[in-house]
Amino acid sequence: MSHLLELRGVHTHIGDYRILHGVDLAVPRGELTVLLGRNGAGKTTTLRTIMGLWRAAQGEVRFDGAAIHTLDTPAIARLGLAYVPENMGIFGTLSVRENLLLAARGARTLDQIDTARLEWLFGLFPALRKFWLYPAGKLSGGQKQMLAIARAMIEPRRLLLIDEPSKGLAPAIVLNLIEALRELKRADATVLLVEQNFAMARALGDQVAVMDDGRIVHRGAMAELAEDEALQQRLLGLSLGAHQ
Amino acid sequence: MLKALLSHDLPRSRPLAALLVLTVLALAAAPFLFPGARSLDVAAKILVFAVLVGSYDLLLGYTGIVSFAHAMFFGIGAYGVAIACSRAGDPGWPAVFGGLGAALALSALLALLIGLLSLRVRALFFAMITMAVAAAFATLVSQLSTLTGGEDGLSFSVPLAIRPSTDYLDDPVLGADIDGRFVAYYLLFAAAVVLVLLLLRIVNSPFGRVLQAIRENDFRAEAIGYRTVVYRTVSNVIAALFATVAGAMMALWLRYNSPDTSMSMEIMLNLLLIVVIGGMGTIWGALLGSALFMLAQNYLQDLMKLAGAAFGDVPVLGAVLAPDRWLLWMGLLFVLAVYRFPAGIVGQLRAGAARRARRTGASP
Amino acid sequence: MNLSTPAASVPAPRFDAWPLALLAAIALLALPLVGDAANWATLTLAGLAMGLIVFVIASGLTLVFGLMDVLNFGHGVFIALGAFMATTVLGAMGVAGGWAGRESLAANLGAVAAAASAGMLIAGAAGLVFERVLVRPVYGMHLKQILVTTGGMIVGEELIKLAWGPQMVALPLPPALSDVLLLPGEVTLEKFRLLAMLVGLLVFAALLLVLNRTKLGLLIRAGVLDREMVEALGYPVRRLFVGVFAVGAALAGLGGVMWGLYQQTVTPQIGAQVNTLIFIVIIIGGLGSTLGCFVGALAVGLLANYAGFLAPKAALFSHIALMAAVLLWRPQGLYPVGAK
Repeated sequence: MSHLLELRGVHTHIGDYRILHGVDLAVPRGELTVLLGRNGAGKTTTLRTIMGLWRAAQGEVRFDGAAIHTLDTPAIARLGLAYVPENMGIFGTLSVRENLLLAARGARTLDQIDTARLEWLFGLFPALRKFWLYPAGKLSGGQKQMLAIARAMIEPRRLLLIDEPSKGLAPAIVLNLIEALRELKRADATVLLVEQNFAMARALGDQVAVMDDGRIVHRGAMAELAEDEALQQRLLGLSLGAHQ
Repeated sequence: MLKALLSHDLPRSRPLAALLVLTVLALAAAPFLFPGARSLDVAAKILVFAVLVGSYDLLLGYTGIVSFAHAMFFGIGAYGVAIACSRAGDPGWPAVFGGLGAALALSALLALLIGLLSLRVRALFFAMITMAVAAAFATLVSQLSTLTGGEDGLSFSVPLAIRPSTDYLDDPVLGADIDGRFVAYYLLFAAAVVLVLLLLRIVNSPFGRVLQAIRENDFRAEAIGYRTVVYRTVSNVIAALFATVAGAMMALWLRYNSPDTSMSMEIMLNLLLIVVIGGMGTIWGALLGSALFMLAQNYLQDLMKLAGAAFGDVPVLGAVLAPDRWLLWMGLLFVLAVYRFPAGIVGQLRAGAARRARRTGASP
Repeated sequence: MNLSTPAASVPAPRFDAWPLALLAAIALLALPLVGDAANWATLTLAGLAMGLIVFVIASGLTLVFGLMDVLNFGHGVFIALGAFMATTVLGAMGVAGGWAGRESLAANLGAVAAAASAGMLIAGAAGLVFERVLVRPVYGMHLKQILVTTGGMIVGEELIKLAWGPQMVALPLPPALSDVLLLPGEVTLEKFRLLAMLVGLLVFAALLLVLNRTKLGLLIRAGVLDREMVEALGYPVRRLFVGVFAVGAALAGLGGVMWGLYQQTVTPQIGAQVNTLIFIVIIIGGLGSTLGCFVGALAVGLLANYAGFLAPKAALFSHIALMAAVLLWRPQGLYPVGAK
């Protein structure tokens, strides 16, 4: 069974710093894989390497069997990868409308966007409709995050890379986020989600990979990790039973 | 002792040392070796530019600031002396030093203002603003024609001691006429030596090291605790002061000054050419570069005339080798230098020496 | 479903009109100083014409800077190329009763159009070469950029001297365009200045249209804010940049043609001379803002003409003074573009 995304032995350096020390990761089709790990473990670097924003010094990245680690970022995106960075990448002085139009590569003008799809997004993220003409920079943190994810959903994408969407958001908003991502799963999307919020990870994840010090140290089904408190302690230094 | 005099900033390369020694000796003995009026003029210009370009290297090479207003300070120094001497009927040294003093004060003030107002902004912004200020100042000078002589400039006489008409000895010694011009040349030489050594001292001092740190990574320098704006402003002022003195030297030698001889954009661009080709961040590059440039400006054209005559009939080649197009070649060399040889001639020579040392395992 | 204004959506924020008020203020302030209404109107029209020509030249520069953080100190080369091409084309077309020599307005306009097209083409091509050879290798390194593009200006100026000679070349206005229109109230306006205004307004309108109404413009505006994200959305921003650079160069060429006709002489230093002026304009306008560039250019044009009439010696200072005043009010320029 081939995975949609595979990383083999990926090393990435930033200047003199070695961040990734041989990452082996496989993301199965149609499932949501969570990438867990402490700060500085290399999760964001992994996503950026996949997107071609940073070049892998060694190793390869394959998308649906084809090597993409030598391509430039626009080419990688055009293969059907959508990236929602940690800082959300919202164009602050452009309106919500313009942000979405940008993300819809197939649409030259607004009328060319799939109306049904847009309505679906409005349903998930009502704030988008409300602030349609407003500069996106003036939205609240949670609303910006919704916009960032909506941008990744405005057209069907084969793989979504989402980096810590729940960071800095109030618990109520996080619940909205979980609901939106569940919708995404219902649409059979393949997602690689970087998260530190284990509760959110557990709610959404089918597969899990744990990263430490630039390497993957555990791989497996989320269900397994969720049951095994000792494993949780060892890998993440926490025990979820008590926190739930 | 020589090392201490040079502030331990040695050439670190035999070919480079040889070139430098040759240049200095040639300049020291110029009135005897090259007695013609034109060749002595070239030598004097090399002395002046060594100081001027050296001061620009402090700004660009060591502090990492691109300013298009440097020629302005050169002009201020030149006009200080020019105006003081032309006002006084028979100018003596008090007039000269008075003019120089006023010029230094003005330069320091302007440099301070430019530094404080503009150094908080990005490099591109700063470069543009200095360009605008320099253009405005040049226009101002042209407009104040009663004071500055406008576009035509000022001709003036200099203190008796350095006037060409003053003869010290009737007969030439070793081929050189011992007259006011002779004295003027050695005055310039002495000043140039002192000023260049002073520049070496400044860039090799703790202050100079901080400048280099700021040039490399101003963010980090600020984080460590150095107030980068203060250091940059001080560097700006020091560079301006040196340039002002160089201007005064130029004026005393030419006994004439106009916007074209001291403040034009052409001079500013020449400075850029010299400092990059000679070698940014080396000070020695200023000396070598100035010598190369002045020789090229005055003698390359003769060479090109010969070449142009040979190729005259060949359509493009003849035009490209025409003596007036020497600046084209300089410009190309400059662009090449920015890409491939950022440390200029001096840098290349030093790198070559270091490579050889590594291969043989000896110190250069 | 009407997507442009869905029901109950928060309205877009109001347009910032203060800089336009500045423009009006300059014009109104000059009226009592000039005294004579007819004179004032003539000066104002001349100022607007000059301002619009400067806008055409500077618009490309500010756009390129906004998009790719590249400031081309050699922008003057494109201006000079345009101006010199105009001398060649109009010179050729003026011989023995050609289009540029006749009294017919239509013929004259045709000649100017031909000159403008030639100027834009050559300048655009030069822009492509500039970008590939000089700018691309030093992308991101500001110090080297300043040095290299300055070097480009030196080399470019020398090459121009090679092609057209180092001396000043006259560029007389075609006869029908140097006619003066007599407007009501004894206000005069040279026909050519009217043409310049129309061209400038056309360029402004076209730029605003493309930037605000097309996807391409949207890409450019987004690229100004976050280049990396635009690439991650699947758009080849580098290619976009080359195109914008070439268009900017072509606009400078067009501006050069107009400027040459405005001054009626062309020298190889024309580029360097206008360089200072356009730097002041884009600093006043805000680096990267087309509207700011427009307002800044008009302000500079108006001020230059009023100052030229009232206090000729203060002319160049008027620009610096305006720049200083604007920076004190808005340190990032009239219409700051995104945080960098």
